Amino acid sequence: MSTATLPITPAGRRRARRRGPYGVAPTAILVLGALYCLLPVSWVAVAATKSKAELFSTAAFAPGTGLLSNLADLSTYRDGVFWLWGLNTLLYAGGGALLSTAVSAVSGYALAKYRFAGRNLIFNVLIGGILVPSVVLAMPQYLLFSQIGLADTYWSVLLPQILHPYGIYLARVYATAAVPDALLEAGRIDGAGHFLLLRKVALPLMLPGMVTIFLFQFVAIWNNFLLPFIMLGDDQKFPLTVGLYTMLAAGANQPSLFNLILTGTLVSLIPLIALFLTMQRYWRTDLSDGAVK
Amino acid sequence: MRTPRLAAAAAAALATVLAAGCSTSTGAAPEPDAAAAQSSAPAGPVTLTYWTWAPNMDKVVEVWNEAHPDVQVTVSKQAGGDDAAAKYLTAAKAGNPPDLVQAEYQMLPSFVAADAVADLAAEAAQAKAAFSEGTWGQVTLGTDGVYAIPQDSGPMMLYYRQDLFEKYGIEVPKTWDEYAEAARAVRKKDPKVFLGTFSSKDPGSFAGLAQQAGAQWWSISGDAWKVAVDDAATVKVADYWGGLVKEGVIDDQPYFTPEWNKALNDGTLLTWPSAVWGPGVLASNAPKGKGKWAIAPLPQWSAGENVSGFWGGSSTAVSATTPHKAAAVRFATWLNTDPQALDLLIKEAAVYPAATKGGELLTEAPEYFAGQADFWQQAAAISATARGFTFGPNVNVTYDAFKNAFDKAVQEKSAFSGAVRQMQDATVADMQKSGFQLAQ
Repeated sequence: MSTATLPITPAGRRRARRRGPYGVAPTAILVLGALYCLLPVSWVAVAATKSKAELFSTAAFAPGTGLLSNLADLSTYRDGVFWLWGLNTLLYAGGGALLSTAVSAVSGYALAKYRFAGRNLIFNVLIGGILVPSVVLAMPQYLLFSQIGLADTYWSVLLPQILHPYGIYLARVYATAAVPDALLEAGRIDGAGHFLLLRKVALPLMLPGMVTIFLFQFVAIWNNFLLPFIMLGDDQKFPLTVGLYTMLAAGANQPSLFNLILTGTLVSLIPLIALFLTMQRYWRTDLSDGAVK
Repeated sequence: MRTPRLAAAAAAALATVLAAGCSTSTGAAPEPDAAAAQSSAPAGPVTLTYWTWAPNMDKVVEVWNEAHPDVQVTVSKQAGGDDAAAKYLTAAKAGNPPDLVQAEYQMLPSFVAADAVADLAAEAAQAKAAFSEGTWGQVTLGTDGVYAIPQDSGPMMLYYRQDLFEKYGIEVPKTWDEYAEAARAVRKKDPKVFLGTFSSKDPGSFAGLAQQAGAQWWSISGDAWKVAVDDAATVKVADYWGGLVKEGVIDDQPYFTPEWNKALNDGTLLTWPSAVWGPGVLASNAPKGKGKWAIAPLPQWSAGENVSGFWGGSSTAVSATTPHKAAAVRFATWLNTDPQALDLLIKEAAVYPAATKGGELLTEAPEYFAGQADFWQQAAAISATARGFTFGPNVNVTYDAFKNAFDKAVQEKSAFSGAVRQMQDATVADMQKSGFQLAQ
């Protein structure tokens, strides 16, 4: 989104200078937005360092002294089940995003570059699919998975997230712009089959777009709560979101685990931040590439 | 915090599907013959799954698994509360519930109404002797059936700051009138301090206080339900607290919030009418109050009385579709009546066992209540005076109505009896919609 505004930024700035005080307004709004998003995250980071006694007795943003003991307690909580949840989440998010990206790239490419009967119908149905929130689908999916005996398995969380209409939509838009017809034509003249064209010509060109889809899906699955909450009964298969929730809703009559939950939340954020920092590069080239073309 | 909001949405979604599911006939009806045949001749070890949210339950179950190689139980720790009930009902509807489930007493009737739990009358008859009449009534719902084995209970008592009562020169209130007087006295001595608070987020606590006053929210007459959430006793309790909140002598912040924790911790909140499981909450939320809190019986509505109510408590129910009913009941009975299991429940899962034998096992006062050596003796005496009422099949609706109506009443400082009437209307409307027969 930010790169889309890049070309007009100098002009915007010039105009802003002429307009005087109004020029600060967009920046101020963005700063407010950033504060709105970052303040809660920074609170989690600070609160995770507080011990149980400090959590509700010291000032909200005063750092505490209990980070290490919180981490140690979290690791020993129910024999380290937190790390198992972490591994599960990695499996769901990593595996799900990879599979979803593969499916999206292939379908998007086919929709963009092949003319076949019903192509527009399929695409329109996909667009409609984007409009249906996945929350609404979770219940029917659970009942269906129960009927085929797949509820409470790893597949019950992985499968529903593999077909992702928005990913296919993105892949199609990207393939239309990034894979020139002339290139495919040249490949065909040289005698390449459909599969070879896809592998050697289309996919390398679509790579930045696929990274975007992967990131989107990875974050969406990582944060998903409702689907695994409904699908899974066995706490050994829980992802972090559902696992942390069981710690939070342990019943009013139990000692609260707020400090462990906060530390767990912070730990569960770190892989996401790391992923964004390492893959940001691809994302940027992706969006500007798309803009240039 | 996205999860709680999502969880609420999840619960709502589940409830909608359940309501839809009620109209269809249940395909997976229990087959008693098959179950009996299978349990009389078990081939190899039986494995049972058990959904619970009590901490360290896996450690308690480990002891059972070692002693019973033929019946192996797997614990799956779930989120507690209303979400747990909705999740179990959905799983039962979809045909893959766990064999055993932790069920709060107020949720049990909805499980029975949905045919989600088995009637254990034949298998669990011998367990009855281990419980008091009142506790056993919570799992029979006043019928001939037995729908669960009681696990823990929550008789209510008054937690108070002993040291600050002395400082402000207040006696421990014996009646609710004295409690109101004490609330006014405290405000005069220190305007920063409140004697207590009314929580519009904890319907369980309000139900317990209403039980103490003699309320009967639901009852069964013949084939029909009678709903009386707005009976005289409940209105009396509501107006009492409403008056104090309006007068400003009682705070109106809900329980279990960071602000409430802080008030408990720094001595600006002096009492908490709560249940026997309170020590765990106080110890973790108000570490600075260690040794300063004590318990007394709840204030009474008229001098000389001695009654209390229940807040919370749960039981172990067996799924209606489990193929291993006998084994499941054997485990549930062991878990909730065997002295070794009760001891483990107290030490590992921090629950106050519902079995009468459980009280005898609790001798040493909790560390947090070091100043009150006879803590458990007092608790047992109070526990004997607690009375409950029959819960209806849609407690979740009533409890939601409580939160909405009382939130509003607290904000607008309007009469609490109006909020009680809204609870009644919502409950009746929902039961009519679900097709329950109602007596007038």
